[in-house]
Amino acid sequence: MADFDQELDASGLNCPLPILRAKKTLSSMGAGQILHIIATDPGSVKDFEAFSKQTGNELLESKEEGGKFYFLIKKA
Amino acid sequence: MDEKKLAIIATKGSLDWAYPPFILASTAAALGYETQIFFTFYGLQLLKKKLALEVTPLGNPGMPMPGGMDKWFPVLGMTLPGMQGMVTSMMKQKMKSKGVASIEELRELCIEAEVKLVACQMTVDLFDMERTAFIDGIEYAGAAAFFEFAGDSDICLYI
Repeated sequence: MADFDQELDASGLNCPLPILRAKKTLSSMGAGQILHIIATDPGSVKDFEAFSKQTGNELLESKEEGGKFYFLIKKA
Repeated sequence: MDEKKLAIIATKGSLDWAYPPFILASTAAALGYETQIFFTFYGLQLLKKKLALEVTPLGNPGMPMPGGMDKWFPVLGMTLPGMQGMVTSMMKQKMKSKGVASIEELRELCIEAEVKLVACQMTVDLFDMERTAFIDGIEYAGAAAFFEFAGDSDICLYI
């Protein structure tokens, strides 16, 4: 797994909380830093894609493993 | 990139219908939209300091009831005193167990994200509501003020 600067565990949270928590965490980070997000909401797969497209924060990785979803987002 | 704008009119004051405006507004704000919600009629309940929102299956046949309750429980049974409170607390429990945010939490997230909350002054007067009953930091305005923002918006929703 790639390195990251901060981690956000959004397990158990449902829409729109994973996105809102991710946004909040990203705003406390510096440009170019990478946020690792863990989620259990299956809707978050499409949502983080859409979040990335609309905010310009790059989605470096999106994967599922053992019923959990993992995302790496690079702050623009 | 120009900031997009989302304008929402919130007209309903039940627990279920409180969700769409706050979910969409908080998400839009996270996506960089400048967002405003205009609360009118029963929607004003969503701005009260003390939220007492309830949900009912009455007149709402699409509402799923646990354990097939709707099948064996006659509609008239739902009119019994205390039923609405019971259904509401069941719904709140379900939401909590599924990790769905409370309305209080979503509203707070909207405020944090600088979503502008506007109360319809006419309805406040109509229902003899006191400004002290509402949360701080909201604005009071009318239809013309709504159009000033909505006229420039990219998305406009009536909920």
